[in-house]
Amino acid sequence: MRFLMTVNGGGRPPDEQLYAEMGRFVEELSRAGVLLATGGLDQGTHVTATGGHITLTDGPFTESKEVIVSFALIDVRSREEAVELARRFWKIVGDGEGDIRQVFGPEG
Amino acid sequence: MSTDTAAAHRAVEAVWRIESARIIAGLARLVADVGLAEELAQDALVAALEQWPAQGMPANPGAWLMLTGRHRAIDRIRRDERLAGKLALLGRDLAAAQPAAPAEFDAVLDEDKIDDDLLRLMFVACHPVLPVEGRIALTLRLLGGLTTEEIARGFLAAEPAIAKRIVRAKRTLADRQVPFEVPPAADRPARLASVLEVIYLVFNEGYSAMAGDDWMRPALCGEALRLGRVLAGLMPAEPEVHGLAALMEIQASRIPARLSPEGLPVPLPEQNRGRWDQLLIRRGFTALLRAEQLARPPGPYVLQAAIAACHARARAAADTDWRQIAALYAALGACSPSPVVELNRAVAVAMADGPEQGLRIIDALAGEPVLAGYHHLPSVRGDLLARLGRHPEAAGEFRRAAELTRNIPERTVLLRRAAECDARS
Repeated sequence: MRFLMTVNGGGRPPDEQLYAEMGRFVEELSRAGVLLATGGLDQGTHVTATGGHITLTDGPFTESKEVIVSFALIDVRSREEAVELARRFWKIVGDGEGDIRQVFGPEG
Repeated sequence: MSTDTAAAHRAVEAVWRIESARIIAGLARLVADVGLAEELAQDALVAALEQWPAQGMPANPGAWLMLTGRHRAIDRIRRDERLAGKLALLGRDLAAAQPAAPAEFDAVLDEDKIDDDLLRLMFVACHPVLPVEGRIALTLRLLGGLTTEEIARGFLAAEPAIAKRIVRAKRTLADRQVPFEVPPAADRPARLASVLEVIYLVFNEGYSAMAGDDWMRPALCGEALRLGRVLAGLMPAEPEVHGLAALMEIQASRIPARLSPEGLPVPLPEQNRGRWDQLLIRRGFTALLRAEQLARPPGPYVLQAAIAACHARARAAADTDWRQIAALYAALGACSPSPVVELNRAVAVAMADGPEQGLRIIDALAGEPVLAGYHHLPSVRGDLLARLGRHPEAAGEFRRAAELTRNIPERTVLLRRAAECDARS
């Protein structure tokens, strides 16, 4: 099963120690065959589609905690495994919030 | 059991799934016995199931399990003189096993050591003293963290039969005193081939799952993929390890496209390539590149992965570089000769140079005893004859293939093709 884990703002300001710990964590997940993709995201452009009309709004946005700042796509055997990995992730990052959501398809 | 307790148990089991192989591997180094190591690790799991739901999950659950397992190991060594004697012979004593200082707590999960232990565990689980089905069951149990019941469901076998297989495999390893080690250089190529074979057999078992099968069957593909990725991390200098990983990633990318909505197998050229999983394809290409960068003569997995990559690169079936595929099959046949490889080469040659050329290779295979009951031979022959407009002969071949296959959806497809040829005769 694939899960998308996101960080929706928060977390301690990155310093060398955080980079090192996170680097180790990411490497561990890759080597365990769990991590499929990961990355950080910019402030982005918000898209609203209404009746065929598209409105674009550039960030940054005021409701910043609803904005995803980074993600990890993982391949695990159960939701509980995803939750356990999220627990380990947040232990490194500190305070903040995010989501764990199962990804459906294109897996068979 | 209340829903809260059930949820807590599932959380413990998730930790177990993530950590069990490393814990078993670490304990096996300590007690020099894979079967005993698994028992001790199971004891640690039972302790976790008792304590965590009530007391909360420890800060480092992996280290907790490992330490608990170690304590059980030390208790066992103290009680069991025979075991203590055996370990003394191996130059290990209790002092070395005893985590004395708090610093030792971190060393419990020392990454490099654990990696070495994990690799040893893979080699031992796939040891040639075991029958192949014993290697498979033990690998899934020790390295995949699968329960006996899950393995049984995955292989459409009865649970007691799998349990017996695992018990027997552990006993054989103990009786034959198989050392817990990475094989010496001279044995390594053959022993690595066994590890790769076991992983690929697990993958293929999952890949052959049909619509409506227990979900544990296709899940075997995921298990094999994960084991292949882990092994690639443990043996980065072995091209065949990356080759197997690449092969499985690329084959797995086709899983969403390989069955029709009615559950019938869809041949590769007819698959909807838009449904191929590009993420897995890219991972496969990366793994293949890693193998090629090691610049050693390609082995069978690298070659098969290269063939799979040729298909993956073609945006449409018509864009397939069949000449390249035919050359790769020729290379594969040269390094591991097999009539099945030759049959596949015939298909590629037929696509590159026309059906007559392919038919010529196939007719040379007619007397091969290995292919006597192999339905792909008449099925491919039928296909080439149909393309040459020799429909009555083609229909006969498709019927013969249908009789030989035990796979019912496949049979349906073959009989359908026979009927199409009849109609055009």
